[in-house]
Amino acid sequence: MALTERDLADIRWGYGLSPSGRSQGGTEAMLAALAPTDAAEGTPFPERAQLLRDFVEARRNARQQVDGAADAQKSAQAALRRQYFVDLRADLARAVGGGSPFRERLTAFWADHFAVRASSARLRVFAPDLVARAIRPHVGGRFPDMLLAVATHPAMLDYLDQSTSIGPGSQVGQRRGRGLNENLAREILELHTLGVDADYAQKDVREFAELLTGMTFDDAGFRFRAQIAEPGAETVLGTRYGGRRAEFGAVVDALVDLALRPDTARHLAGKLIEHFVGGPPERGHLDRVADAYLASDGDLAVTYRALLAGEAAWSPELRKVKTPFEFIVAGLRAFGVTADDVSKLRPRELTRTVLRPLAAMGQPYMMPPGPDGWSEDPGDWISASGLAARILWARETAGRFEARQTPARFLETTLGSGVTPEVARATRRAESRADALAIVLASPEFNRR
Amino acid sequence: MPDLSRRRLLTGSVAIGCSAAASPLLTPVTLASAPGENRLVVIVLRGAMDGLDVVQPLGDAALTGLRPGFDIGEAGGAQDLDGYFALHGEAADLMPLWRAGELSFAHAVSTPYRDKRSHFDGQDLLENGGGDATGTLTEGRDGWLNRMLTLVPGTRSDTAIAVGRSQPLILSGSAPAGSWSPETDLDLSAQAELLLADLYASDPLFASAAETAIALSAGRDVPGGMSPAKAGQAVPLASFAAERLNEEARIAAFSIGGWDSHRRQKTVIRRPLRELTAALLTLKSELGRNWERTTVLAMTEFGRTARENGVAGTDHGTGGAMVMAGGALRGRRVHGDWPGLGEGDLYEDRDLRPTGDIRRYAAWTVRGLFGLERSEIERVVFPGVDLGANPKILS
Repeated sequence: MALTERDLADIRWGYGLSPSGRSQGGTEAMLAALAPTDAAEGTPFPERAQLLRDFVEARRNARQQVDGAADAQKSAQAALRRQYFVDLRADLARAVGGGSPFRERLTAFWADHFAVRASSARLRVFAPDLVARAIRPHVGGRFPDMLLAVATHPAMLDYLDQSTSIGPGSQVGQRRGRGLNENLAREILELHTLGVDADYAQKDVREFAELLTGMTFDDAGFRFRAQIAEPGAETVLGTRYGGRRAEFGAVVDALVDLALRPDTARHLAGKLIEHFVGGPPERGHLDRVADAYLASDGDLAVTYRALLAGEAAWSPELRKVKTPFEFIVAGLRAFGVTADDVSKLRPRELTRTVLRPLAAMGQPYMMPPGPDGWSEDPGDWISASGLAARILWARETAGRFEARQTPARFLETTLGSGVTPEVARATRRAESRADALAIVLASPEFNRR
Repeated sequence: MPDLSRRRLLTGSVAIGCSAAASPLLTPVTLASAPGENRLVVIVLRGAMDGLDVVQPLGDAALTGLRPGFDIGEAGGAQDLDGYFALHGEAADLMPLWRAGELSFAHAVSTPYRDKRSHFDGQDLLENGGGDATGTLTEGRDGWLNRMLTLVPGTRSDTAIAVGRSQPLILSGSAPAGSWSPETDLDLSAQAELLLADLYASDPLFASAAETAIALSAGRDVPGGMSPAKAGQAVPLASFAAERLNEEARIAAFSIGGWDSHRRQKTVIRRPLRELTAALLTLKSELGRNWERTTVLAMTEFGRTARENGVAGTDHGTGGAMVMAGGALRGRRVHGDWPGLGEGDLYEDRDLRPTGDIRRYAAWTVRGLFGLERSEIERVVFPGVDLGANPKILS
């Protein structure tokens, strides 16, 4: 039996089927669910900055062996750790039980498009705020708005070194002899907008980097500091931005222009198709998605409609495999775990069920290899050790839920119309309930999407 | 090795849960104390242990003809028990227990479950302790050990503990019981590995990684120096059970899988048999003086076909064997009423004919250990079972 469109909506465009039997429906329902803007949520940025400040101070005091500093450091560390788990819990709860699985998958897609590797205490506490405030509210909105929000978010400014980039001709630059850091400028062009194959030159990168100077942050959030901004106009891809005095408005103009370039449209369209559908794009699909994006001035809902209109979007052939995060979320959903269940999990349980397995499967949480995000190649996930970790997770989790499940029903509710005779036979032949459930989750049928 | 794993157990995620309503992902902790000094361990042997291979009826002339390819009798390494039955060679380390009167068996036993021979239904019925031939459970769909707890005076939330990844049906129900999952736990069974390997073989993306992945997930060394993801065995389970039984717990349950020997039984049965042997020896050594007051019942959902099949294995059957161990036993006995393996003796001309109800042995055990009334056992613990005459399992 081939997969029905109803099941594909949840398997390819969501986080998998669940025993509730609720489906997110087809294109219209999926797009309608995006319409209400998702408000920013979670711990406000200033509170995060305060947590970090407390930690940095405590660490400094401890190094200088100030009295009582060791205890203060411990408690500041514990507070950061608490926040880390608050963020993880919120992320997982939305993925497992959010009202619109398509929205959650898109949020993950854009979070990966604007990947931040959370390799420092600062980024661990800032990066979730980037997703909550700069990405989530714009997932069903306009890409230029998302780009602007991300490019000015403290997590991105820190990660790609923008906050330490100083215009050589600025007040501060002249006084201290410090200079430019091109990192963010280059990655915006190469990864976030035009794409590496587009026609731009080192000179564009350089001038764009000069244009971006002044963008930094403090404990309240984004701040434009004219004292470090390079004065004078800059030319990026043939367009002049700014005048004698450095102004943030010029940066906004440049970002919006970049967002709406045809190269950006094709780059984003290609990435969306590759992420959700995979394989060589069908003829004309990429053009149609890119055209929809351009014609609507970067309206993402319009873009998704063109994406979902492709034949391959609903092809029963499953070309992609679930990423480890998708695998774990879909596995939990298969056992009927709800957002509410997730919100009750303590750090130890989250570590055992999510963090350690994610790392073992090759996708340590919030730690993509670089600003280009996680691999889209199924072969990279289904390595020997990656697959072994999936099998182990399947066995472990199946073991914990076995008493509540009937294998035949689990197979049905988890794979839906994607049940193949092979996986059905293997499930029947398993010698224990736990084995049967584990086989379903470890099967290619479940791992593909 | 025992020291290492023990240390890991003690410092690992030791947690005793008590609520059947909580999410299986949660690991709540509760502590309390317990009634009496007698101890019961139930090991569920999942996958249908072949009783005819583990406790071989060498005295039955039909045996070798039915199973020409198996390790049978002295030539196959089996150890003589009583002149009629012999113990499979892989479990030879249990012979000192046998000689000390700390090991017994019941043969040709079964639950009331008949004919469909589904592992899941069979195990449910075994753990539920009630039910009928079709596999329908008692109304409460709870476990017999749990129902028994409701009858034992002074039972507290840590009197009984399930050791393993989940609360098995046998301990599920209204009475509070603990559960504990070791970091290192049992693997997929050999059978499940084969099934998965078949599934992966048909998908090119998975096929290339499958062999190494399955080996890694089972904790086996693989070429190329990748370290095993884990080392799985029943010893940590038995060791943890012993530790709890030396403290407040009086009842423990865990599972040993891997018995579903459809192919190459000679090889396949060795691993679970080694696991069972190691688990029993671990319980004895780590329970110390408490072993004297302990009874272990190792029970499986059903037996396997009397005849070897076309791929050197056996298929799902009916009558099987139960393993009993412990210092509280009146051991060195093979209980039961032997039905024979000859022409016309087999159930449906394929399986060992069950002549005894496995639940009767469990019933007399709990009666002896916890002093429960016969009528209560017949009404609450094993509804529908007639206890009959005392088989005198315990000393």
